[in-house]
Amino acid sequence: MDFITLTIDGKKVTVPKGLNLVEAAKRAGIEIPTFCYDKDLPVVSSCRICVVEIEGFNKPVTACSTPAQEGMVVYTESEQVVNIRKTILRLMLDNHPSDCLTCSKNGSCKLQDYAYRYDVQFRIHDGARRGSEIAGFTDTSSPYILRDESKCILCGKCVRTCAVVPDRNILNFGGRGFDTKVVADSDTSLEASNCVSCNRCVVACPVGALVDRRTYRAGRVWELETKQVKCKSCDYGCNMEVQKKDGKVVAVNALHPENGRPLCLKGRLLTELEYVEEPAKPFKKVYGENKNEFIESSWGEVLELDGVLDKLIKLDE
Amino acid sequence: MSFTFDYEANADRLEEFESFIDKEKTKKGSLMAILHKGQKLFGYLPIEIQEIISKKTKIPIAEIYGVVTFYSQFSLVPKGKHEIGVCLGTACYVRGAQDVLDEVKDQLGIDVGGTTSDLNFSIQATRCIGACGLAPVMTISGDVYGKLKTEDIKEILDSYRNEEVKK
Amino acid sequence: MALRDNRFANINSLYNKQVLICGDTGCRSSKSDEMEEEIREALKEANAEEKIDVVRVGCFGLCEAGPIAVVYPGGKFYAYLKEGDGRRIVKEDLLGDKTIDELIYPESLSDDIVKSIYDVSFYTKQKKIAHKNCGVINPDSIEEYIALDGYLGLHKALNEMSPQEVIDEIKESGLRGRGGGGFPTGLKWQFTKDAEGSPKYVLCNADEGDPGAFMDRSILEGDPYSVIEAMTIAGYAINANYGFIYIRAEYPSAVEKLESSIKKAKELGLLGNNIMGTDFSFDLELRLGAGAFVCGEEMALIESIEGKRGIPRNKPPFPANEGLWGKPTLINNVETYANIAQIIYKGSDWFSSIGTEKSHGTKVFTLGGNIKRTGIIEVPMGTTLRDIIYEIGGGIIGDKEFKAVQTGGPSGGCITKDYLDTPIDYDNLTALGSMMGSGGMIVMDDSTCMVDIARFFLEFTVDESCGKCTPCREGTKRMLEILEKIVAGKGTLEDIDTLENLGNMIKISSLCGLGQSAPNPVLSTLRYFRDEYEAHVVDKKCPAGHCKALLEYYIDDTCIGCRKCARNCPVNCISGKPKEVHVIDTEACIKCGNCMEVCPTNSVHLR
Repeated sequence: MDFITLTIDGKKVTVPKGLNLVEAAKRAGIEIPTFCYDKDLPVVSSCRICVVEIEGFNKPVTACSTPAQEGMVVYTESEQVVNIRKTILRLMLDNHPSDCLTCSKNGSCKLQDYAYRYDVQFRIHDGARRGSEIAGFTDTSSPYILRDESKCILCGKCVRTCAVVPDRNILNFGGRGFDTKVVADSDTSLEASNCVSCNRCVVACPVGALVDRRTYRAGRVWELETKQVKCKSCDYGCNMEVQKKDGKVVAVNALHPENGRPLCLKGRLLTELEYVEEPAKPFKKVYGENKNEFIESSWGEVLELDGVLDKLIKLDE
Repeated sequence: MSFTFDYEANADRLEEFESFIDKEKTKKGSLMAILHKGQKLFGYLPIEIQEIISKKTKIPIAEIYGVVTFYSQFSLVPKGKHEIGVCLGTACYVRGAQDVLDEVKDQLGIDVGGTTSDLNFSIQATRCIGACGLAPVMTISGDVYGKLKTEDIKEILDSYRNEEVKK
Repeated sequence: MALRDNRFANINSLYNKQVLICGDTGCRSSKSDEMEEEIREALKEANAEEKIDVVRVGCFGLCEAGPIAVVYPGGKFYAYLKEGDGRRIVKEDLLGDKTIDELIYPESLSDDIVKSIYDVSFYTKQKKIAHKNCGVINPDSIEEYIALDGYLGLHKALNEMSPQEVIDEIKESGLRGRGGGGFPTGLKWQFTKDAEGSPKYVLCNADEGDPGAFMDRSILEGDPYSVIEAMTIAGYAINANYGFIYIRAEYPSAVEKLESSIKKAKELGLLGNNIMGTDFSFDLELRLGAGAFVCGEEMALIESIEGKRGIPRNKPPFPANEGLWGKPTLINNVETYANIAQIIYKGSDWFSSIGTEKSHGTKVFTLGGNIKRTGIIEVPMGTTLRDIIYEIGGGIIGDKEFKAVQTGGPSGGCITKDYLDTPIDYDNLTALGSMMGSGGMIVMDDSTCMVDIARFFLEFTVDESCGKCTPCREGTKRMLEILEKIVAGKGTLEDIDTLENLGNMIKISSLCGLGQSAPNPVLSTLRYFRDEYEAHVVDKKCPAGHCKALLEYYIDDTCIGCRKCARNCPVNCISGKPKEVHVIDTEACIKCGNCMEVCPTNSVHLR
């Protein structure tokens, strides 16, 4: 592998050739803020929060889309860079409800973290807002995923991660300009859409726009004790996180899918059944000619064990 | 306002449309051409039509919906029988096109992009149509009206309304 | 090249006279179709169809005088024609050999001499390259195009030049992109030629969308083969065999013209396999837009051709390396292409002798707004704004005071009267905080409110922003909201600062050219007309008398005290004794305008 050396914020760092500046900076111990960037998804450079200054360039560039090059001198926190970041955060907050107190993302929200880091506060204004005027879930049709459009920052990670698995492609952007929004199929509810509730989108969302309904209100981030486990549903062995509160396992969360691993509902439910002490009733999606529906179901059915379950018990006796 | 898609009344057009898709779908990037065709045949691109495209081309419905809602010439609601376009190019704007547009909206009681409930009129604010010498300009069903004043609007619209009555 | 010398020989021998009628969208809006019909009918009735040649040509440029008919010999310029005038022209001029003085464009008629159309002041300072065939040939006739040096450029390229020599010629000509950015065209060609990957594509950006600019449309309608020939030359130069013309669907007659022209060129072997008997093959296809301004951005245009949402991709990689379907792609706009064949045929020395040191050749502009002669002009680079506005454009309507000219559309800015003598080129316009853009030029007089014009352009960009990147999607919306607040009389001085800061941030942090230039109309009006902004927020006045919310009704001393206004006032804010001058309480007034409407002596005014 070829290596190159560059300078980031005065630190010399040697990295493999072809690495972008976000990753290169990480190796130098510098965290460049990102919303739309994910190392496993196509780079779109849309949120613009990762801008940096490079010596010899006539204007700031996005770190996610710029490959590190030999001899480059990069500044990640210059005055101009910080000003741009503040402006972008301000613009995002202008379109975001100020309900951090009750938001389930509180404590693990990138928008919150960066607002703190760059000291940008909510302000009162009477300008237009997307989604609902106040915080509140705009789609509660699915028993697995809750959506709140008013919190969406349109980073598009959910859209891109949904497209990674062929045949899914449920999410996309609809409309344009200020009125752009993330839609499922032809802007239907998640229930009516062909969404399989794999929760890749929920995992990817950097803010509280997409929430795992089965972990919703299970506890605050800082109250939960977590443990990483592997799903046993199939050979992929996706990473899951078991959440414990007051010594009791209360929820299971899907973690960032690793390259080539798909995540699925069945796996999540199986892990939930295995670890959670009092799991809620599961739901099964029934795909109809004209409409899709969620129906409360049994564990045997959702795990597709109906029929073999009785036999299993009998054989083991 | 919702408009339901009438499969029966559109049977012939659907047939034409489906054979058009079959012909075009192998071409790279043909979605735009297919949508143009659908918009022209049916006057709009309801979800039902988008589903047909999706099934035939194997393009995910979300992608089709995304494209339809991105371009202003594709419409999810039917366009009126008389499409009104008020030019909001700069030359027209400087000469009072906004007042003309407001008057048309008032007269018809719909907003830009809307269609009257009798499906008679729809309004678009168009970009420059290149008739800047006649600013401000409005088109109705392809007829061009130039050097407009707000007080002319009612009479012009009436002439299209009366056309219906005569028939 | 046996096709040459065909048609003009024809005319001279067969026809006695010729009448040219503009068939461009501009003139057709003022009913030139009907005029042509009328002339043809009259000729038929007089059994004179064989003697007179009626030619439907492209744009003459002076749209304001449409419909236009030009009679040869002599180039007699009949303008502002109305129903019945066509018959008169046939009877009295074409058949009767008598000039109809009252129908001639006024300026053409001086001291009893009828000047040719090209001798009137609208044309004398112009120089036509990109528009050389517009208003001259029948755009439907490839033979006429060929008769006027058409396809000589391609012929020379294919037979006498290597691809690299073609690119060198373009480089040496100094031609820069006419679509807005002004990037050197030859370099772009070189990058695409040198890029690895195949196949390569040649694209034409015909998604002209600046409000108030339509020069590309008039080329496509008036001289479509010039673009087709140039794209073929480009294909040869960069080693591409396929091209796309991406055109906006709002231009139906240009679409039609291109479709039939491509077909005709194929029939004659000027497109397709083995062009002109060489082993070079090139084919073209049209792709239609669907109403999204951002698709004029090259990356968004590529996405749109691929059948997707027209969302710009981050650059680099540039289209020269990774364009259409990830392949090396050359994109130029219509006007740029319209220069190519002539540069190849006449040589780069000829081209670079025109214009200024850094900007060679000519530029087409559309003149609009409060100017006497609206239409399309083409002038050498370096022509001053004063010459364009006063000599060519005839000055301001009603001889009012010139206030500013807006160039570059929603990406550009305003230029004030202090800079009227600036020679126009890419660098000078950029230095003034505006830009060349595609060439829209909107002239404004003192009744135009600069804050409202900035608001107008922002409304446009907000409407047309693709919504991908945060600064453009969110930022332009907030800028528009602030501008709306200001024109409604609710702005503050802090709002002006916010506007400026936000604008500067959006400029440096947006993803594509649309966002990076969206704040320009605001920043440039702030630069030259800050006092006007301040008047709106501090004095709550609109100096141009345009912003309704800031106007006040008042009654002057011609009031006869008839009480009519007071009786019609819905909020009873008009007081005064009968037969005495009345007064409006502006605090209570709701500005409904009833008083002004009912006043028998026109004593109520707005200020």
